[in-house]
Amino acid sequence: MAKVNLNRVSMPRQDPKTRARNFNEVALGYSLEQAQEEASRCIQCPKHACVEGCPVEVDINGFIKAIGDGDMPEAVRILKSKNSLPGICGRVCPQETQCESTCSLVKKGAPIAIGRLERFVTDWEQANKSTELPTVQTTPTGKRVAVVGSGPAGLTAAADLAKFGHSVTLFEALHVAGGVLMYGIPEFRLPKEIVQGEVEYVTSLGVDLQLDSVVGKITTVDELLENGYQAVFLGTGAGLPIFLNIPGENLNGIYSANEFLTRVNLMKAYLFPEYDTPVKVGKRVAVIGGGNVAMDSARCTLRLGAEEVYIVYRRSEAEMPARREEVENAKEEGIEFKLLTNPKRFIGNEQNWVVGMECYEMELGEPDDSGRRRPVVKEGSAFIIDVDVVIVALGTTPNPLIASTTKGLETTRQGTLVMGEEATGKTVKPQVWAGGDVITGAATVISAMGAGKRAAADIDAYLRG
Amino acid sequence: MYKILVKEDLVPNIHLFKIEAPNVAKKAQAGQFVVIRIDERGERIPLTVADWDEKEGSVTIVVMEVGTTTCRLALLQAGDYIADFVGPLGLPTHIDNFGTVVCVAGGVGVAPIMTIARAVRREGNRVISILGARNKDLVFWEDELRSVSDQLIVTTDDGSYGRKGVVTEPLKELLESGGKVDRVIAIGPSIMMKYCSLTTRPFGVKTIVSLNPIMVDGTGMCGCCRVSVNGVTRFVCVDGPDFDGHQVDWDLLFARQCIYLDEEKSSLEQW
Repeated sequence: MAKVNLNRVSMPRQDPKTRARNFNEVALGYSLEQAQEEASRCIQCPKHACVEGCPVEVDINGFIKAIGDGDMPEAVRILKSKNSLPGICGRVCPQETQCESTCSLVKKGAPIAIGRLERFVTDWEQANKSTELPTVQTTPTGKRVAVVGSGPAGLTAAADLAKFGHSVTLFEALHVAGGVLMYGIPEFRLPKEIVQGEVEYVTSLGVDLQLDSVVGKITTVDELLENGYQAVFLGTGAGLPIFLNIPGENLNGIYSANEFLTRVNLMKAYLFPEYDTPVKVGKRVAVIGGGNVAMDSARCTLRLGAEEVYIVYRRSEAEMPARREEVENAKEEGIEFKLLTNPKRFIGNEQNWVVGMECYEMELGEPDDSGRRRPVVKEGSAFIIDVDVVIVALGTTPNPLIASTTKGLETTRQGTLVMGEEATGKTVKPQVWAGGDVITGAATVISAMGAGKRAAADIDAYLRG
Repeated sequence: MYKILVKEDLVPNIHLFKIEAPNVAKKAQAGQFVVIRIDERGERIPLTVADWDEKEGSVTIVVMEVGTTTCRLALLQAGDYIADFVGPLGLPTHIDNFGTVVCVAGGVGVAPIMTIARAVRREGNRVISILGARNKDLVFWEDELRSVSDQLIVTTDDGSYGRKGVVTEPLKELLESGGKVDRVIAIGPSIMMKYCSLTTRPFGVKTIVSLNPIMVDGTGMCGCCRVSVNGVTRFVCVDGPDFDGHQVDWDLLFARQCIYLDEEKSSLEQW
């Protein structure tokens, strides 16, 4: 047997200094040669352990073999048969805790770069659209399903339901489909063209996309069920921003991460005044929080011209929920981490603009419910950070609109929907399924996709009686 | 895309648009708003609905030229399309049989107040309306508002039409005259709504205002429109737009409305 190659092919990336000033994608993607070299490292082990690590059960070794064989259309076909949004997953999935963590080579410290290969396949497909891909054969069932929300969960559920032959209407509140993929994740991490390419794929399956349609306002879930839909899938996400609830939080210049990112990503404020929506950045920015959204916000402000950008996080780096890779990217670009620091109040000037943030130093105590060590205030440690703009990235909770306008749905104290059956995504209301952040609270793209997929399968089984 | 069915210039800088939006027309209620976007590069702005016609499948908005979006909108004509028209958003105005209701409208606020005056009158209220404008040329829908009111008072700042002065003067007289006023509903510029609230406060008359902060999505997602009401932070897009004017932190609202003044100016100049 040939010796196992433990040299992962590294991902070409834009230089940190350059990229910190532009919105182009940071990771540049493999060339064909690089992809084939990486693919050739796969030992095609018989256990296919990587597949177990994938929430949507992509035939990973299969598509990697196809890359190695140079049969790209086959690689696309394999990938898309399980995953309708591979270009997105290849970029934003935390592969290090999923497929790559179960790869047989992980013990040797060099798992196959599955995410990078997945991305390569979809980039190839985007670049070679003329290539004829195997079409999906479906027999129309005559059943109608409404999918509410076109984020990762909704897009996946809609695509799978359409592939099963059902007639699917996909309702989206905003003016473009994609949900958090469009308004939340920045262009430099997930180009919007990629997202729209995948949305086009979903609509090409026959899904009827209704934009500008706020379910709960323009129609209700009960009305959908009365008006000919036999099942409804709710993939409405976690759209409500959490604020700190400390004095001064309504000062000008203090944004929720949702607002800041929506202005920048969805409304393209980085192209103001060519695009009409403005955003404020200032010279000194504090981003409060330690997740991926905090990293995204901080990195956006740098690109918009901020001079000093701080991540303010109340625990230590070890407890940060952000992906390692994103923390490293942020550091490389020059973002300063103010750890074990917690804001106490915001200080404003006479025009109501934020100018400072009084913080406490924290220290770590005993572990809390989340298993992470609880931060406690160090007595007498209050100090002031000068800031022009603050972005609060403490997470989100589900929008109560659907739950409050639908008879028979129940919510938890956190605002997430109560499930009737966790594994299939059934809610407590007949004919209504749900999945993604609306169930879990803010989580990952791929877990939402997994939930969309499982619910679609269960809806299909239900509709076929 | 949403088709403009009718465009009418009500006064030189205030325009009416009837937009084809059958699904919104089916659900709209007095006091709710829509979010519109003109085209791919446009911003999302909220506008209170001025009327709707379920049969025709149309929703009417009345727009005053103030910034880039509203000035660009003013150039569109019947037959043109706008990219997005989302609604109906926000909570409807609370309509009940209160007794006597004074509806106060300033400037472009006449449009939304029409639907509210009509609805409260239908509930059996006695409706007294006060219509205020800067001058005679800016008065519109006087007859329309009169048709849904038991009494109508028109004021202009310069006295070129109706009585000279601002809307709070006749409002105060009504309250002082001893005639029973059970509720005041005021829609117009924020400063007008603030002063209406200050006028009614000593009389203890519940005063409902329709707030108009800056918004982005209009569905509770961003928190841009947060205001402080009775010391609690609320989102106007989902908790409003109507609030008790006596409980609103007006200074905070004014300050937050000014966040993008520089950008609004440069955008308008550039355009």
